[in-house]
Amino acid sequence: MNGEAIDTLVVGGGLHGLSAALQLARGGRRVTILEKSWVGRHASGATAAGVRTLNRDPAEIPIALEAMEMWHGIEAIVGDGCGFQAHGQLNIAEHAHHLPKLESRLARMREAGYAHEELIDRAELLRLVPAISPHCVGALIARRDGAADPHRTLQAFRRSAEAAGVTIREGVGVDAIEPAGSDWRLRTEAGEFIAPTVINAAGAWAGKIAAMLGDDIPLGLKASMMIVTERIAPLLKPVISVAGRPLSFKQSDQGTLVIGGGLQGRADIEAQKSFVDFQELSKGARAATDLFPSIRSLRIVRSWAGIEATTKDHLPVICASPNAKGAFHCFGFSGHGFQLVPVVGAIMADLVIQGGTQRSIEGFGATRLMWQCAAA
Amino acid sequence: MSRHVDLLIVGAGPAGMSAAIVAKRHGLRVLVVDEQPSPGGQIWRNIENLAGTPRAGLLGKAYGEGAAVVGRFRASGADYEPGTQLWHVEAGAGARAFLRRDGAASSVRAGCVLLATGAQERPAPFPGWTLPGVMTVGAAQIVLKSSGQIPSGPVWIAGCGPLPLLYAMQLLQAGGMVAGFLDTTPPGRSREVIAALPAALLGAPGDLLKGLSWIARLRRHVPYIRHVAAIEATGEGGLENIRYVTADGRDATVEARLLLVHEGLVPTIHPTLALGCRHVWNTDQDSFAPALDGWGETSEQNVFVAGDGAGIGGARAACLRGELAALRIAAKAGRLSEAEAEALALPVRSRLARALSPRRFLDRYYRPRPAVFIPPDQTIACRCEEVRVAAIREQIGASRPGPNQVKAFTRAGMGPCQGRQCGYTVAHVLAAAEGRSVPDVGLYRVRPPLKPVTLGELAALDTMDALS
Repeated sequence: MNGEAIDTLVVGGGLHGLSAALQLARGGRRVTILEKSWVGRHASGATAAGVRTLNRDPAEIPIALEAMEMWHGIEAIVGDGCGFQAHGQLNIAEHAHHLPKLESRLARMREAGYAHEELIDRAELLRLVPAISPHCVGALIARRDGAADPHRTLQAFRRSAEAAGVTIREGVGVDAIEPAGSDWRLRTEAGEFIAPTVINAAGAWAGKIAAMLGDDIPLGLKASMMIVTERIAPLLKPVISVAGRPLSFKQSDQGTLVIGGGLQGRADIEAQKSFVDFQELSKGARAATDLFPSIRSLRIVRSWAGIEATTKDHLPVICASPNAKGAFHCFGFSGHGFQLVPVVGAIMADLVIQGGTQRSIEGFGATRLMWQCAAA
Repeated sequence: MSRHVDLLIVGAGPAGMSAAIVAKRHGLRVLVVDEQPSPGGQIWRNIENLAGTPRAGLLGKAYGEGAAVVGRFRASGADYEPGTQLWHVEAGAGARAFLRRDGAASSVRAGCVLLATGAQERPAPFPGWTLPGVMTVGAAQIVLKSSGQIPSGPVWIAGCGPLPLLYAMQLLQAGGMVAGFLDTTPPGRSREVIAALPAALLGAPGDLLKGLSWIARLRRHVPYIRHVAAIEATGEGGLENIRYVTADGRDATVEARLLLVHEGLVPTIHPTLALGCRHVWNTDQDSFAPALDGWGETSEQNVFVAGDGAGIGGARAACLRGELAALRIAAKAGRLSEAEAEALALPVRSRLARALSPRRFLDRYYRPRPAVFIPPDQTIACRCEEVRVAAIREQIGASRPGPNQVKAFTRAGMGPCQGRQCGYTVAHVLAAAEGRSVPDVGLYRVRPPLKPVTLGELAALDTMDALS
């Protein structure tokens, strides 16, 4: 045992682990984060940092809308603006035959009572994004969406978690978990850690941690690739995606273009490494240059893939463990968890401190995935 | 769609050309790609155009030796594509290399890959090193070899190692002016390295005598300041003054318009880092090099390294390492038995040992002064993103960050050179502050592409795939 008593151990020092630890510490809990490499090593450091409510699964919309309010006041939460800029996110229809899909999405949103998405025509699209190829016909837009700076966000969450009293242990991977009376004992190379409650926020490795706790939750792996170009003069402000194409596209504060869109590289979970597949990535470059022909001669400075866990329905797992009392899960964000970071931290604090939450997490139980497995 | 060869050689310098000659002799399908417009590498740059001319004469005997190797390479029958960059390579069963040439990207599959990508000048940041008017000796020598141009005004040269001496001699012979030579070799080196001298003298007496005669001639013709411990370049919008301080405390400022610096070479390891090859720390050369077996094969099967990329050894050693790699690759492809390859390798190995014999002496004698590794706080470490040494130091706290975290939080290493300039500086600054060794701290994780490929070129790869 290391030093003082711990109320909650958080496994995983990504943004979700930091956010949960921060909220728990502010709720008076003594929290230690165990991170096997360093804070933000994988998905949280490799993210495009899109802050997006647009086109989210209906199950995620209530918490995504609350998270969006939190992003608009993020400085009050973590003492820094995190580089968040709300210039909107757009899902573009390149051709007329792409419009019906956008229209029916909008109709479903209106029907459910949501007003955060709207449809814009070509003129409004060109006003918002003058650099876009004029062949595009319209777009679905969420005007309060935007993007943040991932590294500033990591630093802000880390600093505020530490300021709230959270202990962060980097280079400490969990080898085994076992019950110790009514507590949990986590074995690591740096010794044993004991606490009554454990949060599994281990990202791509969350399935392994869940199994150590006795929950067999089938998960997939993602290694979404990103491209960053050299810096250029201001080209666009909103974040762009395209209906029917693998592309997300934005310009960072530094002037670099950041191009992603969920194209998959390779992940080696054992070696904790990921690899870029350029043949696959060329599709993203193709889409980007089709939409912005002026960028063809821009040099790619670097590319990478970040490793993340996915679920079958691409919805996260946010719940108390079905089998392990005092254990809680927070993972499986399937490549779109960045925006949810502030609200999921609050949800985890609710679950741990109050034993439940008023927030809408019905769709995120682990059992939905475990049952599918049993049925298969 | 992509082509297939038995052996892809990256780099047409001494190692790459020698490997191609041997591999073709044993019947392999060989493709050699090289960034330059003609074969020869850095050392024999432009030799085909210059052989037999007065300029070749002033570049020296070692330069002229390249003509014969280039001639044999041209006659070898190896496919050769100049003006071509390798921007990504994947290992595994059958490597795949991504190339760009004339604005178009393509890929090649190869049974084996030989990386003969040579060396780069050791980044040697000091206050003012990014000012216009400060450049490296290597860059100036490239201009001399490829276009015959020399600086019009007097030149200050600062550095340590054979290259600054050689360039100074070449410049004088070409009619240039050397304003002064700042020798940054620390004092007391002769005493420290005396033990390594006999091996060097036995192996390559001519080279050492040549070096001594250069120093003697330079000292007769130009101001030659020894034991320079610190340099600072200053000026408004360009170099105006150089301030230097010697080890015994002499502090002087001189006017200057052009300063050429050089603090030795380090192996080019970006491609092997990107491939995930194991690397080892070479203490004498203060640099990483890929871990290689006796043939030059890396920890990744079918990926070989020869030439200065395997550790700085010079042109003669590079040729021999290229030959050894080619013999092993021919044996792997079934063109030679293991015993035949061993027998052919035997004389090559003994010549290689002789070619490398002065290395230990040279490396130790010319080991850079400490400030080359840990420059003063106000020095720019990452010139792409203009990150100073002080900003790197500020990151060091209780969590003892590694290079990748420093990169994320300061943007050092995020520019178009992809950390080739600041990688070692960041490692040294972190190691010293955290009480660790440089090999323990390590370098940035390499994120592809190795060379900046354009969005249009990458997009064209998608189109090509669609066509096939």
